Amino acid sequence: MNPVPAAAAAPLLEVRNLRVEFPTRRGTLTALDDVSFSIRAGEVLGVVGESGAGKSMTGAAIIGLLEPPGRIARGEILLDGQRIDNLPREKMRRIRGKQIGAIFQDPLTTLNPLYTVGRQLQETILTHLPMTPAQARARAIHWLEEVGIPGAAQRIDSYPHEFSGGMRQRVVIALALCAEPRLVVADEPTTALDVSIQAQIIALLKRLTRDHGTAVMLVTHDMGVIAETADRVAVMYAGRVAEIGPVREVVKAPNHPYSAGLMASIPPLDRKVEHLAQIDGAMPRLTAIPRGCAYNPRCPHVFDRCRVERPDLLDAGTTRAACWLHDPASEKRAAHV
Amino acid sequence: MSENAAGQPPMLEVRDVARYFDVSRPLLQRLLAREGKRTLRAVDGISFDVPRGTTLSLVGESGCGKSTVARLAVGLYGTTRGAVLFDGNDLSSARADAAQRRRMQMIFQDPYASLNPRWRVLDIVAEPMRAFGLVSDRAAREKRVGELLTQVGLSPADGQKFPHEFSGGQRQRISIARALSSNPEFLVCDEPTSALDVSVQAQILNLMKDLQRRMGLTYLFISHNLAVVRQVSDRIGVMYLGRLVELAPSETLFEAPRHPYTRALMEAIPDLDMTGRERIPVGGEVPSPISPPSGCAFNPRCPLANDRCRRERPEMTPVGATLVACHAVEEGRDRQ
Repeated sequence: MNPVPAAAAAPLLEVRNLRVEFPTRRGTLTALDDVSFSIRAGEVLGVVGESGAGKSMTGAAIIGLLEPPGRIARGEILLDGQRIDNLPREKMRRIRGKQIGAIFQDPLTTLNPLYTVGRQLQETILTHLPMTPAQARARAIHWLEEVGIPGAAQRIDSYPHEFSGGMRQRVVIALALCAEPRLVVADEPTTALDVSIQAQIIALLKRLTRDHGTAVMLVTHDMGVIAETADRVAVMYAGRVAEIGPVREVVKAPNHPYSAGLMASIPPLDRKVEHLAQIDGAMPRLTAIPRGCAYNPRCPHVFDRCRVERPDLLDAGTTRAACWLHDPASEKRAAHV
Repeated sequence: MSENAAGQPPMLEVRDVARYFDVSRPLLQRLLAREGKRTLRAVDGISFDVPRGTTLSLVGESGCGKSTVARLAVGLYGTTRGAVLFDGNDLSSARADAAQRRRMQMIFQDPYASLNPRWRVLDIVAEPMRAFGLVSDRAAREKRVGELLTQVGLSPADGQKFPHEFSGGQRQRISIARALSSNPEFLVCDEPTSALDVSVQAQILNLMKDLQRRMGLTYLFISHNLAVVRQVSDRIGVMYLGRLVELAPSETLFEAPRHPYTRALMEAIPDLDMTGRERIPVGGEVPSPISPPSGCAFNPRCPLANDRCRRERPEMTPVGATLVACHAVEEGRDRQ
């Protein structure tokens, strides 16, 4: 069953060679380097990696909310074929909400504590859709029902603090989806929630995006959430995409040594192991990214070429991986290491 | 089984412990609004013991009281009711007993908040030694800190650095070195890996297991992550709204969970194997511990709830190797 309509074969979102820099007193830091991927309508792209790998920053760059002094130094972001990375602030504000919805980790800081949830929903709807206030209110109630808030017609006039964490995150989802955006950037939408609530929220997000054909970029460090929700996965490491491909292949048979290490270090639920697989060391800081492949100091398969030359995404059969092991030219060297 | 073969008491014994917090509004406001006092029952009558050299884990969702139990276990909170016995001695009477306190240490969740940013690692790790007057000679203390840092996988030279120079995982190693510096026998670990990335989490869990084997440590491990808990525990207690609902040997709990809440928790974990298994999320949310439901606290969310569950609070009852507090299990209604 493929929910993607035939007309949407062209990607809805395209990120090409994106580079984000932070000028500092001690020189320029490169936070994202040559990041490229695309998402089709109705597709969920999971973005995983350790903290500091650049997952959230990629999301922030797409919705045009990079923290200053961070700036896009190179590359482009296209929504439906139109560049959105160089738009004036006011134009970008119109696209945000209408075309791109955002869901952040902490539902308490996303909502304004001084306004009722109804007012916040109505404001968003009125900003982006041609409606009267009464229509907007009806629509706001509709969306609260849609995200499973019981007694939506009564709860609409409540303030955010009157909702529990799980309910608040539902309100945030309603807020992100109420103008019917074509792309949703969800940054750790379930991390602040308990497991039992997490399952409810994921099921909800999946159902809504499927029903509305919305494309989703789902940023999370929780591989379980990715395995259940995503169609494709991008694994990020030190500001670059290390591997990208269909979810089953990346999770079950990864081609990049980092993805493999990451998957292996997840504690299994179905058995007890004496010694968990671990990746030694830590991800490098932006100030000290190693030469060559950024993963080479931690990589069990490292060979000479990895220490000098930086690999781009290469065809690795089932996925694309930025690793010299998948370059036919380096096979001989890899073999005798 | 509260005594082991050698006749020694368990490292920690928790007997019907409760801890309430007064969350009433200020007196004047209360009088104006004509409302009574409000009590939050964070922990409401739980019992378990932790035999020497083993790990007992408490799992549950936020607000279930597991962190309060951690604080009760090291005497950071006093009990409202019941007793906490450490090595056979009541903790409440021994609060001022430094010799007792030296034997228990705590590892906290957030390695960014639990290390003083203005102190060098050397001073952080040596603090318990100074506090308990263990090693008075400065040179000997530095040597000991070096040993401890080596033990947790850092280098003695790291003692001269400040916490900000380390990653999250390395900071948690520093926390562990600090906890070990008073030669404790018992460590209370409150979510020690939940602020860490998964690859680093594996490093810390391996380190903790390794230290336990080498030093015979006893752990009380608090976590919300069932997969993590399975890797480290000998026994597991599942908490819901201030009470234990199930307590069982680790493998028994995972192979045959009995309480409907335990089963729901396991059901809710995302499936990494992508078997396409349709998950049935638990409906509803955790009720407020200020006004818990009558009877069994889980009854509003429980698929097996009946009138008795809404009326009568279930007590922990043995079923095989498991202790479970559920009327449905007791009556065999869960097997229909």
